[in-house]
Amino acid sequence: MTLRVTWRASASLVGTVLKWMTVPLLLPLGVALYYGDGGIAAFVTTIALSFTVGAALERLGDPADLGAREGFLMVAATWLAVSIVGAIPYLVAAHGLPGIAAATSPGSTLGSPVNALFETMSGFTTTGATVMGDISFDQHSHGILLWRQLTQWLGGMGIVVLAVAILPELSVGGAQLMDAEAPGPSLEKLTPRIAETARALWLAYAGITAVEIVLLYGLHHGGFAPNMGLYNAVAHGFTTMATGGFSPEARSIEAFAGVVQWVIVPFMLLAGTNFALIWQALTGDTDALFGDSEFRFYTGVLATVTALIAGLLFTGPTLDVVVGPIAGELESSLRHAAFQAVSIVTTTGYASMDFAEWGAAGQYVLFIAIFLGGSAGSTGGAVKMVRWLVILKSLKRELFTTVHPEAVRPVRLGGRALDETAIRGIYAFTAVYFVLFVAGTIFVAVDVTRIPETLSALEVMSAVAATLGNVGPGFGAVGPMGFYEFLPASTKLAMVGLMWIGRLEILPVLVLLTRAYWTS
Amino acid sequence: MRILVVGAGEVGSSIAGSLSDGHDVIVVDVDPERVDSLTYSEDVLAIAGDGTDTDVLRDAGVESVDVVIASTDDDETNLAVCGTVDTMSDAFTIARVKNTVYLDTWREYEGAFDVDFMVCTDLLAAEAIVRVIGLPTAQDVDPFADGLVEMAEFDVPANSPIAGETVAEADRFDELTFVAVIPDGADHAEIPRGDTVIHPDSRVVVVGRPPSVREFARSIDPESAAGKVEDVVIVGGSKTGELTAAALANRGIHPRIIEYDEQRARELAERLPGATVYSHDATDPEFLSREHVKDADAVVATLGSDERSLLAALLAKREGAERTIAVVEQMRYVDLFETVGVDVAVNPRQVTAEEITRFTRERRAENVAIIEPGGAEVLEVEVEEDSVLTGRTIKEVMADLPDGVVVGAITRNGDYVTPRGDTVVDVGDHVVAFVQASALDEVTSKL
Repeated sequence: MTLRVTWRASASLVGTVLKWMTVPLLLPLGVALYYGDGGIAAFVTTIALSFTVGAALERLGDPADLGAREGFLMVAATWLAVSIVGAIPYLVAAHGLPGIAAATSPGSTLGSPVNALFETMSGFTTTGATVMGDISFDQHSHGILLWRQLTQWLGGMGIVVLAVAILPELSVGGAQLMDAEAPGPSLEKLTPRIAETARALWLAYAGITAVEIVLLYGLHHGGFAPNMGLYNAVAHGFTTMATGGFSPEARSIEAFAGVVQWVIVPFMLLAGTNFALIWQALTGDTDALFGDSEFRFYTGVLATVTALIAGLLFTGPTLDVVVGPIAGELESSLRHAAFQAVSIVTTTGYASMDFAEWGAAGQYVLFIAIFLGGSAGSTGGAVKMVRWLVILKSLKRELFTTVHPEAVRPVRLGGRALDETAIRGIYAFTAVYFVLFVAGTIFVAVDVTRIPETLSALEVMSAVAATLGNVGPGFGAVGPMGFYEFLPASTKLAMVGLMWIGRLEILPVLVLLTRAYWTS
Repeated sequence: MRILVVGAGEVGSSIAGSLSDGHDVIVVDVDPERVDSLTYSEDVLAIAGDGTDTDVLRDAGVESVDVVIASTDDDETNLAVCGTVDTMSDAFTIARVKNTVYLDTWREYEGAFDVDFMVCTDLLAAEAIVRVIGLPTAQDVDPFADGLVEMAEFDVPANSPIAGETVAEADRFDELTFVAVIPDGADHAEIPRGDTVIHPDSRVVVVGRPPSVREFARSIDPESAAGKVEDVVIVGGSKTGELTAAALANRGIHPRIIEYDEQRARELAERLPGATVYSHDATDPEFLSREHVKDADAVVATLGSDERSLLAALLAKREGAERTIAVVEQMRYVDLFETVGVDVAVNPRQVTAEEITRFTRERRAENVAIIEPGGAEVLEVEVEEDSVLTGRTIKEVMADLPDGVVVGAITRNGDYVTPRGDTVVDVGDHVVAFVQASALDEVTSKL
C-alpha cells in the first residue's frame, strides 16, 4: 500500500502557519505586560514552542508539492495544530513552569489538558462553549482572557484565509485551501488574485471589528455603559464579528446595559452575512448585498424568529429573572428576542439573559434556530441559509415534477440556475450534518450516564447541536450561563471533534477518514 | 441606387429579386451554379467569388455602390464582408446574422463590426410569431423605443363596439394616442380630432404602451380577442422557439416549451425563467392530452424541420388547440402549410428578406414605419440639443410645426411618458410621432 498523499507538503505549510502564530500571540503578551497580573511566562513559552515546532515542521517537505488532496489535509491539520498550541497558555497559567514561574491561575479548570483543548478548539472554531469554571479576573489574568477572545477573532474569518492573504507561497493552491475552509457551498473570488481576495475579506472583517470596538468604547465614554471599558470593548469586538460568543464577563452580554445589547445586534447580523457581499457593498455595489437572495432569506428568517420569540416573551408569564421585567414590556421583550434570535441563528452564542428561564415554546424555537446558521461566506456556522434556501426551492420543484414528470425545471438562486451536482452536494451535506448530530447525541446520552448529573433530552441534544454548529451555548446546564466542564472527558473530546468537523463543514475532515483519499 | 448583395441563398436571391425593379443590383456568391441560375432568373449582375475577397469586391464595383447587403448563411462571413466593405468604400452596410449576441452588441455599441444595419433572422421570425399571437386583430404591429412603445394598425369591423364612436369616446386608455384614422377607401391617413367619428371598416393607427395597445385591441373586437392569450405552447426548442418564448415572457405570457433533447431542454429551462420546459416527444398524443395541449390558445411549431413542424402543428390542431403557427424553412411550403390546416406559416427567410428590402427602400437611420396608403410615417427620433423640441412643451412646439404631426409617445430613460400639451421634452428623450407625407421634409429637418 503506497500513500498517494504528499503529507510532508501539508505538514510543512502547517509549520509555516504555526511559525506565524507567534505574531498574534504578541498581543496577549503585551496585555500581560501592561496589566502585570500574570501570563507573561505562559505566552513566552507558547511563542517559543510554536516557533520551534513550526520551524521543524516547515523543514519536513516542500510546500510546492501541495495539490488538492494535500490541501484538505493541510486545512484540517492546521485547525487541529493551532488548537493544540493555543491551549498551552491555559496549561502554563494553571500549572506554572516548575522552577521558573509560578502558576498564575492555580486551580483553574483549564489545568486539565482536555479542558484546555476544548476551550481552544471552541475558541478557534468560534463556537463559544466554555469549560472555564470561574470567568473572572480574580481567577484569570487579563492576558489569558484576551487570548481566549483573540482565538475566536483569528478563527472567525479563517486561519487559512489569513495565511493565503499573507503567505506568497499559497498563491497557487490558495483557492482550494480557502474553499476547504470557507463556510458555504462555494468560494467567491472577488479579485483575479486569490491573495487579494483573502486580503479584502480580512480587511472588511478587521474594519467592521474596529468600528464596533470604537462604538462600544464610545458608549462607555458617553456614560451609557460603565463596565464597557477599552478592554471589554476590544474583547467583545473580537468575538462579535467572529460569531464567537466568548466573553470575559461571566454573565455574557447580560452584564451590559440595554443600549450595548442593541448595538451588538446589527454587528452579529453583519457577521452572519456573506463577507464577499459586504465587500461589494463597501466598494459601492449595495445592490449586490440587498438584492442577494440568500441575504433576503437570512434577514427574513431573523425577522420571523425575532417576531415569534418577542410575541412569546411579551405575552408570556412574568419571569423571575435578574434583567428586570420582560412580559408586557415592549422594548425589553423585543430586545431580548432580537438579541437571542440573531445570536443563535448567526451562531454567535452571546446571551442577553439566561434563556433557560423562558417558557418551553420560546426555548424550542431557539433550539430549532441552532440548526439554521449564517450565510455562506460569513463567519457563522451550522447548516447555513443558502443550503436551506436551496433545499426549500428544490422541494418545491419536486412537488411540481410529481405532477408534470416531463418538466425540466432548474432550481434558481438569484436568477442563476444551479447545477444539479451542486444541489446533490447540498442535500448530502445536510444529511451528513444530521447523521453526525444524531450519532453525537446518542454517544453523549450514553456517555453522560457515567456522571452524577442527570441531563434532559433537550440539554443533550442542544449541547451536541451547539458544538457541531459552532453556536456555543445549549440549554439548561450547558446554557449561556452554564458550563460544559462537568461533562465526562470522553464527551468533551467528542465535542472537540464535532467543533472541528463543524467549522470545516464536515467533508474536508471526513474525506481524510476514507481509504480512497490516502491510497487511490 | 447601386446595391451589392453578397450571398445568393434564399434570402439573398429574394432580396435581389425584389430590389431589382427599382435599383441596380449586383450579386456575389461563391457557388457558380447559383450565380448562373440567378443571371437568367433575375435582372441582376451575378458574379462568382468570395465576398470577403477584395479583388472580387473590386470586380463588383464596391467603390461605387451605395448599399452592401451581406446575407450569406454564415454570420462571421457577413460581418467580415461588412468590415471589408467599410474599409474599401463609403457604402451603407447591412448584415444578416443568426446569433443574437452579435445583434445585442450592435444595438449596444453603434457601428460595431462596421455594420450600419443589422437584422437577425431568428429574432425577426420570433417577433413575427409573437405579433401574430399577441394581437390577433391587428394588421400590423411595430415596436419603437426598444419595445417600450408600440404602433399598431387595426381594421375596425362593422360590428365593433367602437364603430360609430368618436375618437374621444373610443380613447379610454391613458397610455395610448390615436395618431391616424384612414376611412374606408381614402387614399391617405387623416389626423383625428376628438370629434372625429370612427366609421365601420376604417383603419385606425394608435401609438402607446404595449399593454394599452392590447387593451385597445380587445375593445375593438371583444369576440376574437376575448379569449385573452395566456396559454402558448411552443413545440421544439429551436433558436426561433427560444426567442419567441423570451419575447412572450416579456409580455407577461408564460409559454410552455416541449423539447425532445434533454440537454437542450435543460439549457432552455435555465435561460427562460418565465417558461415551463418539458422534455418529451411532442408527437406523443398521450403526453399531449396529459399536459392539456388542447387548452392552448396558440401552439407554435418550431422543430427545425418542416416535416416535423407540420406534423406537430397538425397533431396539436387535432388535439383541439385554438390556433397553430408553424415555422417553415422552405419558402415554397408556406402556402401548402396554410392549405392543409396550419393557421399561420412563418418563413424566417421571407421575413428577413422583407425587412432588409423595406429598410433598403426607406434607408433611414431612425426607426420608422410606413402607413399605407398615403406614405405617412410613424418615426422615432432621439431629441438632440438643436431640436425644435428641446426644453419646450409639446403645445409650444406644435405651433412651430406644420399641420400633419402628432406626437404619439415619449420615452425618457427607459420609462414611458404620456405626451400632453404641457409635457416638456428633454434632450435624450425618444419621441415617436406620426407625420403626414406632405410634412415629412420640414418636420424631419426640425426635429
